[in-house]
Amino acid sequence: MENNSPTAASGKIPFWRDVRVLRILFQVIFLLGVILLLTLLYTNMLKGLRGLGLTLNLNFLQDEAGFGISEGIAYNPSDTYFKAFWVGVLNTLKVSIIGIVCATLMGLFFGIARLSSNWLIRTIAAAYVECFRNVPLLLQILFWYTAVVGQLPKVRESISVFGGAFINNRGIYLPSPEPASGLNTWLWFLGAGLLLAVILYIVRWRQLQQLDRPGFRAKWALPAFLIVAFCGWFLTPGRPFTLDLPALQGFNYQGGMRFTPEFSALLVALSIYTSAFIAEIVRSGIQSVVKGQREAARAVGLKEGQTLRLVILPQAIPIIVPPLTSQYLNLAKNSSLAVAIGFPDLVSVGNTMMTQTGQAIPVFAMIMVSYLIISLTTSAAMNWYNSWITRIGR
Amino acid sequence: MRKYLFQTAALVLAILFVTPLVANSQESILEKIKERGRLICGVNKELPGFGYLSQDGTWKGFDVDYGRAIAAAVLGDPKKVEFRPLKAADRFPALQTGEIDVLIRNTTWTLTRDTDLGADFAPPTFYDGQGFMLRKDLGITSLKELAGATIGVTAGSTTELNLADTTRALGIEVEPVVFEETETLYQSYDQGRCDVVTSDKSQLLSRRQSLKNPDDHIILDVTISKEPLGPVTVHGDNKWNDVVSWVVYATFFAEEHGITQTNVNTFDTENPEIKRFLGASGDIGAKLGLPKDWARQAIAAVGNYGEIFDRNLTPLGLPRGVNKPWTQGGLLYAIPFR
Repeated sequence: MENNSPTAASGKIPFWRDVRVLRILFQVIFLLGVILLLTLLYTNMLKGLRGLGLTLNLNFLQDEAGFGISEGIAYNPSDTYFKAFWVGVLNTLKVSIIGIVCATLMGLFFGIARLSSNWLIRTIAAAYVECFRNVPLLLQILFWYTAVVGQLPKVRESISVFGGAFINNRGIYLPSPEPASGLNTWLWFLGAGLLLAVILYIVRWRQLQQLDRPGFRAKWALPAFLIVAFCGWFLTPGRPFTLDLPALQGFNYQGGMRFTPEFSALLVALSIYTSAFIAEIVRSGIQSVVKGQREAARAVGLKEGQTLRLVILPQAIPIIVPPLTSQYLNLAKNSSLAVAIGFPDLVSVGNTMMTQTGQAIPVFAMIMVSYLIISLTTSAAMNWYNSWITRIGR
Repeated sequence: MRKYLFQTAALVLAILFVTPLVANSQESILEKIKERGRLICGVNKELPGFGYLSQDGTWKGFDVDYGRAIAAAVLGDPKKVEFRPLKAADRFPALQTGEIDVLIRNTTWTLTRDTDLGADFAPPTFYDGQGFMLRKDLGITSLKELAGATIGVTAGSTTELNLADTTRALGIEVEPVVFEETETLYQSYDQGRCDVVTSDKSQLLSRRQSLKNPDDHIILDVTISKEPLGPVTVHGDNKWNDVVSWVVYATFFAEEHGITQTNVNTFDTENPEIKRFLGASGDIGAKLGLPKDWARQAIAAVGNYGEIFDRNLTPLGLPRGVNKPWTQGGLLYAIPFR
C-alpha cells in the first residue's frame, strides 16, 4: 500500500508543485508587491512635495493655531494646533456617542413598532423608516439646519419654556445644575440608597430562583433607591444643586447649558437617519426568531411583554448586534458631514489646519487615524458585548 | 488561487493608476496648456463681481476676466478656458495637485501661503481689507462693542485668522462660527444665526446685494487687515508664474497708456515701449514662451485694468480706492516692458 503512494513512486514533489510551499510563496510575493506599491506611493509623494518645496513633519502641531473654534472644551486661538485638533476629536466623540444612544432607542422603538399588531402604529413606523432611510444624509442635515433650526425665532424673540429654558436660532439654552453646599451630604444618601438597592436586588433574585419563575429582578431595588434619593434631597440641609439659568446678556444668552444649532441639527439628522436603519435591523432580528417560539411562550402563559423580553429578544440580540455595530460605525463616520453646516468636528478643524499650514498629508493621516481608533474601539466594545450576550443566552 | 488572482489584478491596477503620477516630468504648465489647448482656472462661484456663474450660464467677474486674459495671451482665444469652482478650503490642494493651472479666487497673499502652502503669487490685482457687516439696528460703530457677538467667517480663509488676532488684541471674546460654503455663511447671517459677518470688504459689499433687505445692513468703517488678492500658481514653475504675472502687468500697463479693448488693434504710437508691448516691434512674447501678440490678445479679450474693474466691480458700488494706476496715486505699477 505504502509503495503505491504517489510520493514514494515519483520521489520528491518539485517545490513549484508543492501546495505547502506555493501557499507561502504566494503570500510572500503578494507581501512584496504591497511593500513595493507602498514604497512607490511614498517616494512619489515625497518627490511631489519636494517639487512644491514642502516638507513632511509634525512640528507644526506645537505652533499657535491662531483660529477660533465655536464650541467644545475650553480653547482659545493662542493654543496649539494639537489642542485645536483635540477639540475637534472631542466634538466628534460627543455627537457620535449621544447620537448612538438616541439612534438605538429610536431604532428599537420603531423596529418593534413595525411589528405591532396595530395597523396605524405599524404603518407610521414603516413610513418613518422608508422616508428617512431613503433620503441622503447630507440633505437631511442641511434640511434640519436651514429649514428647521434656522427658522427658529431670533435671539430677542426667543421661545421661553417656563422662563428657564430658551429656544432661538442661536441654540437651545437649558438651565444647568451647579454643585452647591449640600452636594456632599446628598451623595451619602445616594451611597446608602445604592447599597440598599443592591441588597434588595440580590434578595429578589434569590426569591425568583427559588420560585423558579421569571420576573423583574429590580422590582424592589429600583423604587427603594429612588425613595432614598428623593427623601435625601429634601432632608439635606442646603440644596445639593442650584440651577444656573440662562439669561440674555448683550448679544446672546449666557449661563446654563447650551446646544448650538449646528450640534442640534447634526445630532437630530444623524440619530434619525441611523435609527431608520437600526429599526430594520431590529425588525429582521425579531422576525428571525421562529414563530413557534412565540407560540410556545404564549402557550405557557407568558404575557406579550414577557414574551418579547424573555424569549424573543435574547434570541434576536445576537443576530442584531453585528449589523448594529456597522450602523454605529457609520454614524461616527457620517458625523464628518458636519463640515457642511459649520459644526467644528475633527474634519472641520482638520480642514482649517490643512489650509492654514499646508500640511495636508500629516493632517489627513491624523484624521484617518482618529476615525480608525474610534471605529476599532466601537467594534471591539460591540464584539465584547456580543460574546457576552451569546454566552449568557445559552 | 482565485483570491490571489484577484489580489494581483488589484495590484496591477493600482500600479497603472500610480504610474502617471510618478511620470510627472519637469515640463512647465505653460507647455501642458498649449498641448491641451485649454487653460484650467480655479475660481469662486459664489461671489458676484469676482467670480460667479451668471443666469445665462456664463462665468462672469473680475477674477474670471483675468482667467480669460491669460487664456487669450497663451492660446489666442479668451474662450479656451475652463473655470473650476472651488471652495476656500479646497483651493490650495487643487493647486498643489495640479488639478488647476492657475488659481484666481480672491486669494490673499501671505508669507505662510507663499512658503508652506507651495504657492507662488503673481502681482495682486485687487488690494482689499477685512471688514465687518452687521445689522444697522444694532447701533454698533466700533469693534470693541462686538464683545460676546456671534461672528460668521469662511473656513480656510485669512479672515478667520485675522478675526482671532483682532479680538485677542482688543481683549474681547467673540463666538466664531466657521462655514465651509460662502453661500451657507451669508444665509445663516441673514437668518440671524450670526450677529456679524466678517470678510474682505469687497466680498461683504458684493454679498450685501443678495441679502433679503440689503439696506438693513451696514459695513463698519473699520479695516483690520491688508488683503492683497491676486492670481496664484504652483510653487516651482517659474516660467508659468512669469506668464501669469506679465499678463497682470499688461492690464496695468494698458491702463497707464490708455490702451483699451476698442483701440488696442488700431493703437497708433511711436512710443517704442508700447510698440514692443503690442508686438509691433521686437519680440518680448518669445521671452515668455508666448506668441508675439500676446498682450494685444489679452487686452482685446477683456480690456485694461480699468475696464475690467468698471465692468465687474463698479456696478457693486465698489470705489477704485487704492486700486488705481500709480500715476493717479494708486498702487498699480507695471514693471517696464523691456
